[in-house]
Amino acid sequence: MALLQISEPGQTPAPHQHRLAAGIDLGTTNSLIATVRSGSAETLPDDSGSYLLPSVVHYRRGKPPLVGRAAQAHLSTDPQNTISSIKRLMGRGVADLSGSGFRLPYKMVETGSNVPRLHTSAGDFSPVEISADILGVLRQRAEQSLGGELEGVVITVPAYFDDAQRQATRDAARLAGLNVLRLLNEPTAAAVAYGLEQGAEGVYVVYDLGGGTFDISLLRLSKGVFEVLATAGDTALGGDDMDHRVAEWIMQKAGIGEGAGHHQLRRLLSAARRAKETLTHADSAPVKIALEDHSHWEGELSRDQFNRLVEPLIRKTLAPCRRVLRDAGVKAEQIREVIMVGGSTRVPLVRELVGGFFGREPLTEVDPDKVVAIGAAIQADILAGNKPNEDMLLLDVIPLSLGLETMGGLVEKVIPRNTPIPVSRAQDFTTYKDGQTAMVIHVLQGERELVSDCRSLGRFELRGIPAMVAGAARIRVTFQVDADGLLSVSAREETKGVEASIQVKPSYGLTDSEIEQMLKDSLSHANEDVAVRKLREQQVEADRVLEALRAALGEDGDTLLSRSEREEIEAAMTRLHTARDGGDEQGIKRAIEALDECTRAFAARRMDASIKKALRGQAVDEVKV
Amino acid sequence: MNYFELFGLPQDFRLDVEQLTERYRELQRSVHPDRFANAGALERRLSVQHAARINQAFQTLKDPVERARYLLELHGSDIAGENPKLDQAFLLEQMELRETLADIRSHSDPHAVLDELSDTVRQRTETLIHLLGEQLQEASAQSLSAARTSVDKLMFLNKIHQEVNEMYDELMED
Repeated sequence: MALLQISEPGQTPAPHQHRLAAGIDLGTTNSLIATVRSGSAETLPDDSGSYLLPSVVHYRRGKPPLVGRAAQAHLSTDPQNTISSIKRLMGRGVADLSGSGFRLPYKMVETGSNVPRLHTSAGDFSPVEISADILGVLRQRAEQSLGGELEGVVITVPAYFDDAQRQATRDAARLAGLNVLRLLNEPTAAAVAYGLEQGAEGVYVVYDLGGGTFDISLLRLSKGVFEVLATAGDTALGGDDMDHRVAEWIMQKAGIGEGAGHHQLRRLLSAARRAKETLTHADSAPVKIALEDHSHWEGELSRDQFNRLVEPLIRKTLAPCRRVLRDAGVKAEQIREVIMVGGSTRVPLVRELVGGFFGREPLTEVDPDKVVAIGAAIQADILAGNKPNEDMLLLDVIPLSLGLETMGGLVEKVIPRNTPIPVSRAQDFTTYKDGQTAMVIHVLQGERELVSDCRSLGRFELRGIPAMVAGAARIRVTFQVDADGLLSVSAREETKGVEASIQVKPSYGLTDSEIEQMLKDSLSHANEDVAVRKLREQQVEADRVLEALRAALGEDGDTLLSRSEREEIEAAMTRLHTARDGGDEQGIKRAIEALDECTRAFAARRMDASIKKALRGQAVDEVKV
Repeated sequence: MNYFELFGLPQDFRLDVEQLTERYRELQRSVHPDRFANAGALERRLSVQHAARINQAFQTLKDPVERARYLLELHGSDIAGENPKLDQAFLLEQMELRETLADIRSHSDPHAVLDELSDTVRQRTETLIHLLGEQLQEASAQSLSAARTSVDKLMFLNKIHQEVNEMYDELMED
C-alpha cells in the first residue's frame, strides 16, 4: 500500500509533485542509470537484477537492435553487426579513426558527411545513433521501474571531452527522447557522490580510469560548493588499451599472425580481458584461446608480466596528474584524499603507481562502477527541482583551451583551459578588403600553437557585415561556453550596430538537418510520429515556463512588479496556457516567445535582486563572526 | 557596475582573497545556471550571462597581475595600447634567466638549477607585486605610470614562470 505523504505543520508542502529525474553514466564498457528515491541515490537494475548495461549494440535486419548482455553474446560470433566501445568514436571524424592505431572490427562507410557511419546488416549508423540506442534502453528501464516518464536526466561525460564529443552526447540524448538537464563531468559526479556522503572539505583529486577514457580532476570542496580547480586527461586511454596490449602478447605467444580475422580478434580481446580481471586478485591467470584451425592455445599470464605490459599505459596517466597540480597551483601534500573511479582502477598497479605519485593510499571503498551514476542522480534530483533548499553547487571548468585560426596557420587562444564555466569572451575583428560583407572564423580547441595540432571544432561564417572600407568595420564576436561546456558564437558589427548572421559548419559534428533526419528515422522505426513528439516537447517546455513563472511571481511578483506589469504578464500566461492545450506546436512556441518578451524586465530585476541578497547575506554573516 | 562593486568590495589592489572567494561562491549560488535548470529559456539565458560575468570578475580580481591591469583600466590607463618601457637592468636579467633555462640540460643537476631559477622568478614576482600595491595605492599620475611598468614586468615574469613549469614536465618525461 502506498504511504500518504504529509508535511510538517507550518511548512508548506511542495507546490509540485516529485519530478522523475535520473543520472546516466554512458560509459565505454558499461552504462548505468540511477535515481534518487526516498532521499537516497541508487542504481536501477534490469529484470535480472543487473545494474550494469554493457555498452554493446547488436543490429539485426528487420528487427530492433539488441542492447547489453543480449548483444554481448554476439560479439565474437557476429562482430561486424555488434558494436562495442562506441564512446571512443563519439565526436570523431573518419580520419581520426583510421589514424587511432586501434583496430576496429567494423566497416566504415564514407557518406560525404563529417561523421563516420558503421555498416551493419540493419543499415549504416553513426556513433550518435548507436549511443541513442543504449540510452533508449536505460530510459525504458528507468521508466518501468519508476512508473512514469522521465522529466529530465543528467548525463556524464569525461571531463576531458572536447566540444564535438559533448555535442555528440547531447545529440544522442535528443534522439533517445531525453531532456538533458546538464552534461556533468564524470570526476565531478564522483566527487558529488563521495563528498556529500562524507561531508568532505578541502582539496580532492579524482582519478578516473574507465574502459576507454582517462580523466583527472582537482576539486576544492567547501560548504557544499564543488569547485573544480583544474582538469586534464586523455579521451583515448583506458582499460581497452590494456586488453589490446595483452591481446598482442597472446598473439605473439600463440603464433597468431597479423592477418587474424574479426572473430579471432574478438576472441583474443575477450581472453585478454578475462586475464586482466583475474589478475586483480590472483598472481597469475590461465589463458586459453581457440585458434582458426579449431585447435587451442593454452598459456599463463603472470601478474609481473601483465604489469610490464601495461605499465607504460599507466605511466601515461601521470603526466596529466602533474599538470593539474601545476595548473591549480596546488602541491601534492595539500591534497586531502585521492578518489579512485572507473573499473580500470581495480588493476593493482594503477593503485600502486597513483598512490606513489600522490604520496597517499587512494580511496577505493566507493564502488568505482557505480559512483559516477550516483553522483549524476543526485545532481539530476536537484536540477529537476526536487530539493529547493539544497545548498550544493557545482562549479566546473573548460578542459581545453578555445582558440581562433590567425594568419599563417597559428592559433590565438580566446579562452584558456581550466577557465570556470559558464564563460563568455568577446574578440574584435575587422575586414581585410574594401566592401567585404562576410568572413569565416575557424574555431579550434587544444593547447598547441599550430592549427594542424589542435582540434577543429567548426567554421563560423559571418554574413551581413555592412560594406565599408577595409579595416573600418568592428566586428565583435562573442564566444560563450555554457554550463555543459558547449560553445556558441554570436557576432555584431559595432560601428553600425548590425547583428551578423552565423552559419556553423561543425568539423566533426552532425548538422541540424542530419539530426532532424535521424530523429525522423528513429521515430519511424518506433512507429512514433515526429509531429506528435515535437508537440509533446513543446508542451513540456510550456509547462516548465509557466510553472517557473508562477513560482517567480509568488516570490517576487509583489515587490518587483507594478500592477500593470503584473497584469500584462498574467495575460500572456493565459494566452500560453490556451495555446498549450491547442494542438499547434508553432503556436505554443510563439506564445512562449511572447511571454519571454514580456517577462524580460522582471527576470532581469529578479537576477539583480538575488545578487544583492547574496551579498547582503554575506555581510550579515561577517557581523555574526 | 565594475567588478569590485559586483563583489561588494572596496576598489583596492589589496584585497582579502578568502573574502573574495567566499563572495564568489555566494554570488554563483544565486545566479548559476544549475539554479535555473527548470526556468524558461529567457531566465536560463540570463543566468548564463550573469554567471559568466561573475566568473570573469573572479578570475580578474583573484590574480594580482590581472587585478592591477583592471585597476589601471578603471583609472583610464590602457595597458594594451603602449609598448612597455622597461629598464636595461630588468631586460638584462630577463635575458640571463632565459639563457639559464635554455641551457638547463647541459648542467649535471638540471633539477637543482631549475629549482633555483624558479625561486628567483618567484622572489622577483613577490617584490614587484608588493611594489605594485604601493604604486596603485598612491594613485598619482606618476605612480600609475610606474605601476604600468610593473605590470609589464610581471607579465614577462609570468611568461618565464610558465616556461619553467613546462621545463619541469619535460625533465620528468626524459
